[in-house]
Amino acid sequence: MPEPNIFVNNPLVKNTEQAGLTREQDLIARVQRGQKELFYELVQPYERRVYAAALAILRNESDAEDVAQEAMLKAFANMRQFRAEARFSTWLIQITVNEALMRRRRGRTVVMEAIDDRRGEESDYAPRDFADWREIPSEALERKEVRQKLAEALATLDRKYREVFVLRDMEQLNIQETAEALGISVASVKTRLLRARLMLRDLLAAGWEQGWFSRLPFEKGNKPW
Amino acid sequence: MVNCEQVWHDISNYIDGEVDAGLRSAMDEHFRTCPRCSSVLAGMRNVIGLYGDERMIEVPAGYGRRLERRLAQNARPASDQWSTWTAWLVPVAALLVFAGGLRVANSMTTEPALKSEHAQTGQGIPPDMLVVVSADARIFHVPGCDFIHNKDRERTLTAKEAMQQGYVPCLRCLRQYMQTASAGHVTLESEADVDQDTDFEETQRRGK
Repeated sequence: MPEPNIFVNNPLVKNTEQAGLTREQDLIARVQRGQKELFYELVQPYERRVYAAALAILRNESDAEDVAQEAMLKAFANMRQFRAEARFSTWLIQITVNEALMRRRRGRTVVMEAIDDRRGEESDYAPRDFADWREIPSEALERKEVRQKLAEALATLDRKYREVFVLRDMEQLNIQETAEALGISVASVKTRLLRARLMLRDLLAAGWEQGWFSRLPFEKGNKPW
Repeated sequence: MVNCEQVWHDISNYIDGEVDAGLRSAMDEHFRTCPRCSSVLAGMRNVIGLYGDERMIEVPAGYGRRLERRLAQNARPASDQWSTWTAWLVPVAALLVFAGGLRVANSMTTEPALKSEHAQTGQGIPPDMLVVVSADARIFHVPGCDFIHNKDRERTLTAKEAMQQGYVPCLRCLRQYMQTASAGHVTLESEADVDQDTDFEETQRRGK
């Protein structure tokens, strides 16, 4: 017999965010008690982020989807090991990153990757000075061509910069979690993150000058830099 | 006062709140007077805001449906997935699980024996941290560590489980948790004593 949902119309649950968190905790507890059919409801809010994490590492849509599914199954199989003090989303992303790294190692030459990873962190990077560039408003993301340009800019980054940026700024892991997920030091995360953010800023600014965003819905002079 | 180069070096940490109060104050002052650096700061915040938006994550058509179906298959009761001729395996499996459980319970009640006399158990490793171990090795690693051998035969578990099973932390990727971390240097010879597998030694030779 299904258990009643104690969070629906409960006046003690004060706001939507709180309701979301307590709902998640409720789902976790139920799945851990054996209500397997609720697992998809638990992970559904994170399914896109799981896919994005896998894609950032594998750069292949088919492999990323496969790994996303495998990671979800692994999370499901290990639900009893999940502890409440960790963020569920972080736990899920870390499993995904681990699965993706294993998949990549099986598919490519390990020696080449190791050499690539040992190159210097190149922390000295002077950002370009752009005389005329303006902030790209978040509303612009409604447009597919803008999202496409941003994705292309991200894809041009070296792997080590791209992975750190995706986990930290797209997946919202903190710096320590990013370091643990990728098996690198906190200092390396900070250095790579700096470089990734600066390069993306420069790429977008250059794109602005090249007219990538020329049809954005704001006028010259609005939000000047 | 800080100059532009110093600001660029720490601008990402500034955004993440990872600079101390003195440096933050100096950078605030610099941004007020330097158009170029304030432009870089605004641009970097713009980048973080745009890429952090959910709309930047695009998934293939039907991805959610396929995932739901796969999970539903996995969540079906065992009786739906197995044909009747395999049903006799259930009591046998139950016996094996029971026997295995006894063994695990026994191992959890006693201190695990470290598998190398040179090993260190590490201190402060988060018990829920996901780590990997591989076949025929005695070390557990952070996923992605270069010094994992038998990578095609590795498995994931928590640090707590790994330690309970007698594995010890990798001196490379988990150095921050080792007693040697503060000393700052571990000789290659002593590392080789801990991890004697072939891959590790080959890596060292390549590095010489």
